[in-house]
Amino acid sequence: MMISLSGLLGQIFSIALALVLAPLLTGWVGMCRAWLQSRSAPPLLQPYYMLRKLFNKDVVLAHGASSLFRVAPFVVFGCMVLACAIIPSLSTNLPLAPAADALALVGVFGLARVFIALAAMDIGTSFGTLGGRREMLIGFLAEPALLMVIFTVAMIVQSTSITTIVETLGHRELAIHPSLAFAGIAFTFVSLAENARVPVDNPATHLELTMIHEAMILEYSGRHLALIEWAAALKLYAYSCLGLALFFPWGIAGGDSFLALLAALPLLLLKLVIGGSVLALIETVSAKMRIFRAPEFLGTAFLLAVLGLLVRLLLELKA
Amino acid sequence: MQFFNEPIEFTSQPGLGAPVWRGRAADGGELKDFAAAVHLAGGRLAALWGSDERQTTGGFRLHCVFGINAGHACVSLELPAEDPVYPDLAGRFPAAHRMERAAYDMLGIRQVGGPGGSDHRPWLRHGGWPADWFPLRHDSGEPADFSNEPTDYDFVKLGGEGAHEIPVGPIHAGIIEPGHFRFSVVGEKVLRLEQRLGYQHKGVERRLAGADFSTGAKLIGRISGDSTCAYAWAYAAAVEAACGVVPSPRALMLRALMLERERVANHLGDLGALGNDAAFAFGLTQFLRLKEDWLRLNAELFGHRFMMDRIVPGGVTHDLAPPALARIVEQCELYAREVKELRAIYDNHAGLQDRFMTLGPIDADLARELSLTGMAARATGILLDGRVYRQDYTPPPPYATLGVRPVTDERGDVAARVAVRFDEIFESLRLLRGMAVGMPAGEIMTAITPVAGGVGLGVIEGWRGEVLVGVQFDAAGKLARVHPHDPSWQCWPALEHAVMQDIVPDFPLINKSFNLSYSGADL
Repeated sequence: MMISLSGLLGQIFSIALALVLAPLLTGWVGMCRAWLQSRSAPPLLQPYYMLRKLFNKDVVLAHGASSLFRVAPFVVFGCMVLACAIIPSLSTNLPLAPAADALALVGVFGLARVFIALAAMDIGTSFGTLGGRREMLIGFLAEPALLMVIFTVAMIVQSTSITTIVETLGHRELAIHPSLAFAGIAFTFVSLAENARVPVDNPATHLELTMIHEAMILEYSGRHLALIEWAAALKLYAYSCLGLALFFPWGIAGGDSFLALLAALPLLLLKLVIGGSVLALIETVSAKMRIFRAPEFLGTAFLLAVLGLLVRLLLELKA
Repeated sequence: MQFFNEPIEFTSQPGLGAPVWRGRAADGGELKDFAAAVHLAGGRLAALWGSDERQTTGGFRLHCVFGINAGHACVSLELPAEDPVYPDLAGRFPAAHRMERAAYDMLGIRQVGGPGGSDHRPWLRHGGWPADWFPLRHDSGEPADFSNEPTDYDFVKLGGEGAHEIPVGPIHAGIIEPGHFRFSVVGEKVLRLEQRLGYQHKGVERRLAGADFSTGAKLIGRISGDSTCAYAWAYAAAVEAACGVVPSPRALMLRALMLERERVANHLGDLGALGNDAAFAFGLTQFLRLKEDWLRLNAELFGHRFMMDRIVPGGVTHDLAPPALARIVEQCELYAREVKELRAIYDNHAGLQDRFMTLGPIDADLARELSLTGMAARATGILLDGRVYRQDYTPPPPYATLGVRPVTDERGDVAARVAVRFDEIFESLRLLRGMAVGMPAGEIMTAITPVAGGVGLGVIEGWRGEVLVGVQFDAAGKLARVHPHDPSWQCWPALEHAVMQDIVPDFPLINKSFNLSYSGADL
């Protein structure tokens, strides 16, 4: 396949945009959370300040840390960059998109999860193992639900390629699919769990015994921690873009002109601003659930996704 | 007089403080029999400590304070200098276990027999000084340049398929007091928790020996900063009892006012923190805002946010003018409304209630077994409050006339401890309004001169529970021995029981629902 210059440009631009916007999105969610709790908010650029601080710090390695521990942050970061590259945020003209369809995307997230969990266990502390174990529990429940969501959408457009899905849903005639409503709710549940947000995990906690994601990265410092924090922001951005692409695809540029790309940017920003504040709202009104409620929570997500699939099969295809 | 038909003869402590009786056990057997009788009558062990009396009587002395229906019975037992041993009380009162081990670390008096007699692990000594050096002995001398070598500690090990240990602390991910928790778990399920405390040991008791009573007041107020008023009052009550001084009614009312303000401040902070530990950060911000405004009024009225050093032996240092009292009434009315709103949010929040309910349960039988005191005991349905009338018990002034309504909850779980906190806030706000309106006139300070050889025991119902301070003057009118006792001594073991069968990630919430003091029990 030929890669057009504008396609290449668009691809590079969307990756650069992801790297820049991801910390901003995290910062925005933090601001909304603070406002909703009637606190004065940290600056929007707070995640950047933290990244700068971490990149300027020395790395302290745990005794007995193997090379896996040092490599994992780069693998995780790489996975998230790849995920951001193949999820259409501005345009569907992504030369890298054929590299992985929606199913492979789940695999990319899975790869990152396996590496971070292995790295957490690598140093042999009880918290790392604890966090790694819990992360795998969440992961093995979240991934099937996410796959089910993707199957539902894929059935509508007869393709698992995300760009095709976006093109079909966003650029064809407006049709209302009830099955997408079920899939959308299921996707929201999965996103909350996968991004370590309340009510499944609490990214702001200092209580090491309750942590899931934070427990795995307790031993990381300096640039390693910076990469992991950045990767977490990228993951949130990737999930947001995936959600927008699947359920609110309108406004994503189809063509390969760079100008159309720029024109799609304001709409993306608007959607992310709204999405971020909705996330902050969910987090503010929820309390963290007992960890053994997480299977029920993700089981519900799975059931909703299956329901979406059934609605598609039984109702929409017949109609 | 006698209690439970036991031979020990008691005399009542003079003064207006909480009812205290003192008696001497002739020998270890008498002490043991008395402890058994207290246990049978549903009483509890309130405190246990030792003192070095070799300069006067030629031996050591053991002091045991039992909580009985009528008040507190303080039994002392003389121990010979060459073999200072006494019968272990942990068989009747498991709460004695750590106190006995601490008494050995500090003074070298040893419990024998019973479950405590077979456990010779140090409690407060972490290798900061040698095992044969006892800081509270008069002849121990200045501490040599001891090498501070961490010692091994023999945790109880659980075996079996899949069982493993999770060590937590003393350094935690957040900035909190240090303590070590050793969890034995299967997966996420907690089979056993063993605490290792003493990291906050700072030698308060040794520092207090030989000090004059005003220096003592300052030090006592800093043992556990969140309970500074309770400690200061308990100490003041002990010194006043030892010196035969009765503070004025206005001073007593002002003390109670400060104590209730301390209670409200801590309960507000805890309720916020409990919400936060369930990731409900909205609760934290709202309650912290209330706590902050509350502390600011403290600073304005008393010149200190936590009212440290405001309660001193003889009275209080700050008087409140009528406008200040009016401010308190106004604030209490505002808070009653705001806390009510927040309570409705907590009570109606399904996610939060799902976390609180049935978590970390302690039933009343276990609470009695463990001599549990204070808020944690009341959350199991036991009406144990030094401010409240009960059968055979009259609370000390000014509570005798304030008519404190008892607050209990029978569930015994985290939700109960939350509910008790809410109810106690409302009750304290009501009391504060009453106190501000009915503040008696008069002086706030009574001159006090130390009485050589005087002894006193002060008991105050602080926000966490019963704070006891035992004071003993020497022949020169200096402090010979001061023992502060925090309710956390009894509550820490209860936490070990509360977490059993729950899961590891729920521990922080259970822990916070007790919010125990490390510093207060590490001394």
